[in-house]
Amino acid sequence: MSRLSEGGLIDRSKPLAFSFDGKAMRGYAGDTLASALLANDVRLVGRSFKYHRPRGIFSSGSEEPNALVELRDGARREPNSRATVVELYDGLSAASQNRWPSLDFDIQSVNGLLGPLLGAGFYYKTFMWPAALWEKLYEPLIRRAAGLGRAAEAPDPDSYDRSFAFCDLLVIGGGAAGLMAALTAGRSGARVILADEDFRFGGRILAERAEIDDAPSLAFVERAVAELAALPNVRLLPRTTVFGAYDGGTFGALERVADHLPLPPAFTPRQRYWKIVAKRSLLCAGAIDRPIVFGGNDRPGVMSAQALRTYAVRYAANPGKRAVVFANNGYAWSAAFDAAEAGVDIAAIVDVRPEAPPIQLERAKRRGVRVIQGGQVVATSGRLLSSVTVRSATGEEKIAAEVLAISGGSSPNVGLTSHFGGKPVYRADIAGFVPGACPPGMRVAGAARGDYSLARCLAAGAAEAAEAVSELGFSAYATPVPQARDNAITVTPFWHVPGSRGPAFVDLQNDVTAKDITIAHTEGFRAVELLKRYTTLGMATDQGRTSNVTGLAMMAVLTGQDVGATGTTLFRPPYTPVALGAIAGHHRGKDFRATRPTPTHDWARAQGAVFVEAGLWLRAQYFPRPGETDWLETVNREVTATRTGVGLIDVSTFGKIDIQGPDAGAFLDRVYINTFSTLPVGRARYGVMLREDGIVMDDGTTSRLGERHYLMTTTTANAAKVYQHLEFCLQVLWPELDVQMASVSEQWAQISIAGPQARAVLEQVVDGLDVSNAALPYMGVAQGTVLSGVAARIFRVSFSGELGYEIAVPARQGRRLAEALMAAGAPFGITPYGTEALGVMRIEKGHVSGNELNGQTSARDLGLGRMASTKKDYVGRVLSQRPAFLEEGRVSFVGFKPVNPGDRLRAGAHFLPHGRSGTTANDEGYMTSVAFSPLLGHWIGLGLIARGTERIGESVRAYDPVRGGDIPVEICHPAFVDPEGERLRV
Amino acid sequence: MRLPCPYCGVRDAHEFSYLGDAAPRRPDPAAPDAADAFHDYVYLRDNPAGAIRELWYHGAGCRRWIVVDRDTRTHAIAGATFASGSASGDAS
Ligand SMILES: [Zn+2]
Repeated sequence: MSRLSEGGLIDRSKPLAFSFDGKAMRGYAGDTLASALLANDVRLVGRSFKYHRPRGIFSSGSEEPNALVELRDGARREPNSRATVVELYDGLSAASQNRWPSLDFDIQSVNGLLGPLLGAGFYYKTFMWPAALWEKLYEPLIRRAAGLGRAAEAPDPDSYDRSFAFCDLLVIGGGAAGLMAALTAGRSGARVILADEDFRFGGRILAERAEIDDAPSLAFVERAVAELAALPNVRLLPRTTVFGAYDGGTFGALERVADHLPLPPAFTPRQRYWKIVAKRSLLCAGAIDRPIVFGGNDRPGVMSAQALRTYAVRYAANPGKRAVVFANNGYAWSAAFDAAEAGVDIAAIVDVRPEAPPIQLERAKRRGVRVIQGGQVVATSGRLLSSVTVRSATGEEKIAAEVLAISGGSSPNVGLTSHFGGKPVYRADIAGFVPGACPPGMRVAGAARGDYSLARCLAAGAAEAAEAVSELGFSAYATPVPQARDNAITVTPFWHVPGSRGPAFVDLQNDVTAKDITIAHTEGFRAVELLKRYTTLGMATDQGRTSNVTGLAMMAVLTGQDVGATGTTLFRPPYTPVALGAIAGHHRGKDFRATRPTPTHDWARAQGAVFVEAGLWLRAQYFPRPGETDWLETVNREVTATRTGVGLIDVSTFGKIDIQGPDAGAFLDRVYINTFSTLPVGRARYGVMLREDGIVMDDGTTSRLGERHYLMTTTTANAAKVYQHLEFCLQVLWPELDVQMASVSEQWAQISIAGPQARAVLEQVVDGLDVSNAALPYMGVAQGTVLSGVAARIFRVSFSGELGYEIAVPARQGRRLAEALMAAGAPFGITPYGTEALGVMRIEKGHVSGNELNGQTSARDLGLGRMASTKKDYVGRVLSQRPAFLEEGRVSFVGFKPVNPGDRLRAGAHFLPHGRSGTTANDEGYMTSVAFSPLLGHWIGLGLIARGTERIGESVRAYDPVRGGDIPVEICHPAFVDPEGERLRV
Repeated sequence: MRLPCPYCGVRDAHEFSYLGDAAPRRPDPAAPDAADAFHDYVYLRDNPAGAIRELWYHGAGCRRWIVVDRDTRTHAIAGATFASGSASGDAS
């Protein structure tokens, strides 16, 4: 065990068992998986993406490029989990990834065959080779060799939640600056959300030995968190990563609610996806250490200086027996001193600067730490790091060490500031990029702005928060800023050790080397965006947080430009990876969309109905009976029963729009092709409406219930679209019309009964209403009551072609009405039918439906052109008269029957003249709807074919190459049943 | 994105449906050049980089059509009015 004997923010009274690659280990509450692995002497954690090189743990945060593991097992297996941010829990199991056959012995790495194939530009160069080779040889080879973890194959058993939050100030990051900001804003009364990706607030303070107000800095954190937790206007969101900044002050955040537990507790999601709307935001996301590039810098044991300090101080985990620190800045020195204080054996501090600041030298001397000034690490050795070779003025020297802690300077976490395209700006004095233009309303404080001093982080957090909430009208009274002392930190830009030995990695996660940067330069891919795509620098899951700046600085050296002019690539959301499951939330499986049952749903289910999704609704598709062997048998029975007796179907799903006002009739005249202002009260009329481009939008019957009162019905699928269109017409096109509208689709249950016995059934449910043919003729509308006092509207309309009535009652009475009609119809053998039988009957009758109103057809195409009034204007009129719509060769709507009555028709088949090949040039149209007609005893179809109405009786090929169909069909009139409509009028 | 509905206040863009440029006006259908005018009205749109006034429908709110002043480069929203031209939120 490499657990330091004391210290750390771990709870030694709470040991936790976990396993890595099947081996049992122990850690403590407060550990991350990475700190626990290090404390268990695990230094080799994974294999690299392309070259399968052994890798260890590089960082202690979410920027980790190396230590990606598979977490959990089975359906919960989660690939590419960064061990550095995985909070340890009892029973955690993790496995290394991208290795074969084992982590210790990996064949891909040993043979190294693919190395030459995978260098800079390999995507482009490899594609240049013969395509056959690529597909058969290289791609499978590369796919097997390169990769990350394996996704779980079973459905995720956990749930994911979504929440919305609103605040005045969102503080992103709960370190020194963030805590002071939240305190300042919170005390002013502003609504504050403080989010931190860590499971513990405090940021750098957790890992640095510092004093605030002459007391250990942790005491400040505890006080601040306690005060914030007690403020009712402050919401603390630990374990929450703000991953994206979006328009209008909207932020995406991911809260890991139960990732730190073996299983989510009951009624608790694993993760919660927050949409936070903030009037102002303050980014206090800190900064990270970036590496220096030299040969052998990827060996397990090489880590950032910040990581060494964090593991030693925060987790009391010693990453290795002896540590060498290699840096170009003073911050790494204090990291070394903190680690030494915690118990790490620091063999030497190697600084590239010929002269380190005297105060640092003095501190090193006091602690007895050896210092090599003007030194560079030129090589490392050991499969796991065992020694480093340092070159200095006195020559080369090999120093035994298991840890090499490196720091090439700090990179502020500017990610979120560039989500709106703001380009980070280079500051030479800190050798780092700081935020440029920020998203509206965003400020930055502390290390994220390049301000690394603890004292200034505290002050800036308070000051920025005070300004932000003052802008919103809150008075932020002067919060006393706690005092901290720290020394000025200096940094000398240094990126790459020239002449070092062995592969030198820039991007550890995507295995991009210094040589790749050189190749990109040689081959002309010098602009940062080209460099990125050519080498894949920064394109891995970590978005190059530890590699971008170094990579582009090296390019700057090669091109002779300065780093600032070279610029940097932009970060995009998400800041860290977000699981798709969290974004989907509850919207998966059956909950992908809301289920809308009809008013008679439960009744239909009790009748054994099979349901189908129709638009947003769930409708009864058919009602199988015992002994029926397939759906067609059932549907045939339902159709026959309706045509010979009486059938019943719930048609509540049709859109219903209540339209009232003095100008209601005039309004309808403008949206329908036919006229409604002349419709008598108590009558219904079939109407067709167009889009302004002349294509049919929708159809349905509209009834006149009163002088100024109409009720429109729309198709099920277009209900919302038509309503929106009508509102557009009313508000945008003709606001002068005095009309009011409301959607009443959900308010009314509507049940259709159809068949020769329909009237006999209806008579038994109405409260003394005369529904005789004379009193309520075809297309008549009556209002009254049914079932002893239930308000009802009765429409004598028919989709099936039989004598039919649609009875509308308040939605809650729907089931009662269905049951009453079933009881009344029992002597006539009333039969409930579903959408299939309805479809068969409408095809037999030759009515158009969704398949024909397909966004390509005009009213004329569908044989409805004669309905169009020539005495008025209406939406779509002008453009429906375009020459192409009136062309002679245009398709028209007709029926089709198989020449050989046994042949089955297929919707989607295309029509060809006999003797012509199946090419687009010979295409004459297509079949839109088909059904088996029990009445006729064979399949029938509807479709669109060129000059169809002139070709009744002609035979053509119905060609269906997808399903291997090619049969002769005869063009016929689309109404197969009762073309004169006599049955409707009895 | 968040849109300032004059009736409902600032609401999430998910509550709205987008239509497009609010500038085109439905032409006079009786004019001699109606066919050409309608063609332009239906099909031709400017695609400015910058300020645009565009139509949105608050379908999950007050069901009003509104005209939003938006900058296509920044998504900055300067304001919104009812498409019907009435100044108040009262639909009647
Ligand atoms: Zn609204």
